[in-house]
Amino acid sequence: MTALLNIKTRRKKLERDEKKESTLESSRKVVHLRVYRKNPKQDKSSHFDKFEVPVQRWSTVLDALLHAKGYLDKSIAIRYSCRMASCGSCGMKINGIPRLACYTKVSEIDGNIITCEPLPNFPVIRDLVGDFSDFFEHHSAMEPFIHNQNADIVDENRLTEFIQTPEDVENYLQFSYCIKCGLCYSACPSVGSDTRFPGPQALAQAYRYVADNRDDATQSRLNIVDNKHGIWRCHFAGSCSVVCPKGVDPALGIQLLRGHLVNFSKNDKKLAESRTRNLGKT
Amino acid sequence: MILKESQIMKIHYITGIAALFVVAVHIIMRLVMPFSMSLEYENVIANYQNIAYAVLLESILVLIAIHGFNGLRIILIEFRQNIAWENGVTVFTLVAMIALIAYGTRTIIVANGLG
Repeated sequence: MTALLNIKTRRKKLERDEKKESTLESSRKVVHLRVYRKNPKQDKSSHFDKFEVPVQRWSTVLDALLHAKGYLDKSIAIRYSCRMASCGSCGMKINGIPRLACYTKVSEIDGNIITCEPLPNFPVIRDLVGDFSDFFEHHSAMEPFIHNQNADIVDENRLTEFIQTPEDVENYLQFSYCIKCGLCYSACPSVGSDTRFPGPQALAQAYRYVADNRDDATQSRLNIVDNKHGIWRCHFAGSCSVVCPKGVDPALGIQLLRGHLVNFSKNDKKLAESRTRNLGKT
Repeated sequence: MILKESQIMKIHYITGIAALFVVAVHIIMRLVMPFSMSLEYENVIANYQNIAYAVLLESILVLIAIHGFNGLRIILIEFRQNIAWENGVTVFTLVAMIALIAYGTRTIIVANGLG
């Protein structure tokens, strides 16, 4: 009797394994990867290389690219690191749209041809790798750190606590989710025509610090963005907000910052500042 | 006096909104009589000779010239990024704007019969 039960259990297990294997088999498919190739140091021309890559339902475009790089052509240049949309390294144009390769599943893409190109508005270093120097220069020009005269980081006895209410944090929280992947910068038509325009990322970061009540350099930040090639050259295409993989709305940040510049914004920043100062005294 | 870009843009927005209003009044005024009749020579001159209407036309001229030429300046300075080009564009649009306003004002004054 026990032997009969064992046979039945074993048969059921075998059937389950077979079913599982057939599911796996059906989830496997082959995609055609078209990868932009260019090496400006050797040749100024560019071309696309095609690779047939096996993928699973859960494969990302980065997985497909790494398969191509690992097994088909080791010379493909890709920049990547975390594989979980945190580092912002693997930004590229996938089927015409700036996206993170690690955050784009192959199954999301219509058809089985995946075209990978470097991000527009970034000079190509090689293949899919762009030069982020200008991008980071614009970012650092916004002084992306807290300025506070009351904060003494040298004298320990004068250390001040920066107290914020949840409402104060809400003013800038979404803008602090930026991972500096450059997708918004690459999607911005104003950046494409005006190289001195800081771009949505830098402007949204400027707003992030203007809206932060711990920061007291509002005026100097507004002066940084208030020039001929500054914030006013945004024509509100809104593509920056569409492509952001972290749900940041840089277009909103730019409009709010403009509000501060033309004095249309509410006086909430000053109120918040005085509230923090009073809290510090007590 | 050099205006900051935010001050220029504030003027740009205000002139844009004001121009919408005065142009709307201008178009509505065309409808007080059949449209083709409103464009007959005598009626047009009669409009110019009405002081309130002449002031309306002058304000349309000034508002649209400021808004339009600043818009042109914005488009042109995005083409190239160098100081000489930017200054050239600013001077060109400023001179063109003043010339257009002066010529238009002269036309309004002459048609009004004051000139």
